[in-house]
Amino acid sequence: MSNSIYITSSCIISNHIVYKNGQPIFENKGLAISDFLVSVYRYLNNQYPKFHKMDNLSKLGWLACELLLQNSFDAAKYKPEETGIVLSNKNSSLDTDTRYLQTTNEIPSPALFVYTLPNIMIGEIAITHGFKGENAFFIFDEFDAAFVQQYVNNLLNCNILQCCICGWVELLNNEYKAALFLIEKNKSANSIIFTKENLIKIYQV
Amino acid sequence: MDKLMSDLKSQIIAQLNLQDTKPEDIGDDQPLFVEGLGLDSIDALELIVLLQQHYKIKLSNAEEGPKVFKTVRTMAEYITAHQAQNA
Repeated sequence: MSNSIYITSSCIISNHIVYKNGQPIFENKGLAISDFLVSVYRYLNNQYPKFHKMDNLSKLGWLACELLLQNSFDAAKYKPEETGIVLSNKNSSLDTDTRYLQTTNEIPSPALFVYTLPNIMIGEIAITHGFKGENAFFIFDEFDAAFVQQYVNNLLNCNILQCCICGWVELLNNEYKAALFLIEKNKSANSIIFTKENLIKIYQV
Repeated sequence: MDKLMSDLKSQIIAQLNLQDTKPEDIGDDQPLFVEGLGLDSIDALELIVLLQQHYKIKLSNAEEGPKVFKTVRTMAEYITAHQAQNA
């Protein structure tokens, strides 16, 4: 029998607007995607120089995760191996793969090469917070709320994880969307039940 | 040598995307790795690319790396010695 599991925080970054728990908290229209991501980083006011070395996909996922957790996550509640990350997208790391391929005409860029896998984004988040729990990256044509709900539900119900960051982080050229959810076993102030329908409702903000 | 070190600092910042760092923040004799500028192994590879792109120097012996990339001054000395050799 499964126990109640909750979405305790959400963060959406889409169309140059950042939403936290359904509310717009930052907007900066008219910028190229890379400049927009830097503006979100400045808004976050977080000193993490490695941010500037990430590719755009990792920057997007990392920013969405930082905003997801900000004022919503008590790291002291969990051991490192109890927090996991399950992400998905459509185009894998194709945005960076293409840029890396272009550098191979002259001297291939080692700094770009290391980002030619989408799960590197999970590594960036895990390193920042010291998370050591189960992690996985899936490729779907579109956000598959039913799959994510079932997969993460199993991880928590089987006590493989006590907490999970999950969702969708897609970026290719100028098209992008990040939708991250913090999933926990305990209720918090604005939490809602972790269901497919609630994931979709938040995703569609 | 001073001009070369100044150029190197700007090139390192651009090559490694050190956007929160200014050239004047990097000391001539400040260690580039670990306790100094905090560069990592991927940055080391990018510094090798920098030498190739800007100075047409290929680091032939990988074991030279730690000595060459110790500080901005050691990089400048290596470039100067290499250019003198090939003059």
